[in-house]
Amino acid sequence: MAAELQGRLPIASEQDIVVARQQVRTLCQALKFSLVDQTKMVTAASELSRNTLVHGGGGGMRWNVLEDGLRRGLQLHFEDQGPGIADMSLAMSDGWTSGGGMGLGLPGSKRLVNDFDIESVPGQGTRVSITKWK
Amino acid sequence: MDRIPILRMGQTLLVTIQIDMQDQTALTLQEDLADKIAQTGADGVMIDISALEIVDSFVGRMLSSISGIARILSATTVVVGMQPAVAITLVELGLSLEGVRTALDVERGMRLLTQARQEHRLGR
Repeated sequence: MAAELQGRLPIASEQDIVVARQQVRTLCQALKFSLVDQTKMVTAASELSRNTLVHGGGGGMRWNVLEDGLRRGLQLHFEDQGPGIADMSLAMSDGWTSGGGMGLGLPGSKRLVNDFDIESVPGQGTRVSITKWK
Repeated sequence: MDRIPILRMGQTLLVTIQIDMQDQTALTLQEDLADKIAQTGADGVMIDISALEIVDSFVGRMLSSISGIARILSATTVVVGMQPAVAITLVELGLSLEGVRTALDVERGMRLLTQARQEHRLGR
């Protein structure tokens, strides 16, 4: 899998989550992230792509390689056109789940990356953006 | 979908996860293991995750569930071989794998199962 500077993958099935994880791993390796940072970013991508599929009804993952002076980073966006999140502070709290999971996806992913941003409009969808800098 | 094989070694069931699992594969493994414990009367389950590059909340939950199901079926579960980077990530994610016994490698895992067996026999 090539490490393009930007791209998009659909997330419409469980297999797509596996493919998204592999793509993020490839990108992290191309950016020479440490093994721990690779593991954290791939794990966050796994959590968020599952959210996109399960709660958002599917969508996609976009990625950009960022450059800021000497720093390079990887930015991922998880986007869906699902029902959105009605209560953001509840969704961001540890242990709260809308059903099925452990309620770690959003707050847990936030702890694994450097920057975390979430936008959600009820009835229109959700976009979660994360960045990890080398 | 792939299916993870379960090997039997005496009283122990051995599972080595070597692929990047789909969620359904993890759920199937959980059910297969429960069936196999009931079928064979195995009293130990060893899950080798040394080839796993990540454990996310879904797989973490599966490991906890398997331990819980096995315990109710009177078997001890030990998860062996977790990579250090995976352990660091899991804790930061917020998962402590409560109720899951772990060992650094297969050998230590086997020792732990033997010990559990002896304790069980002595009725502790």
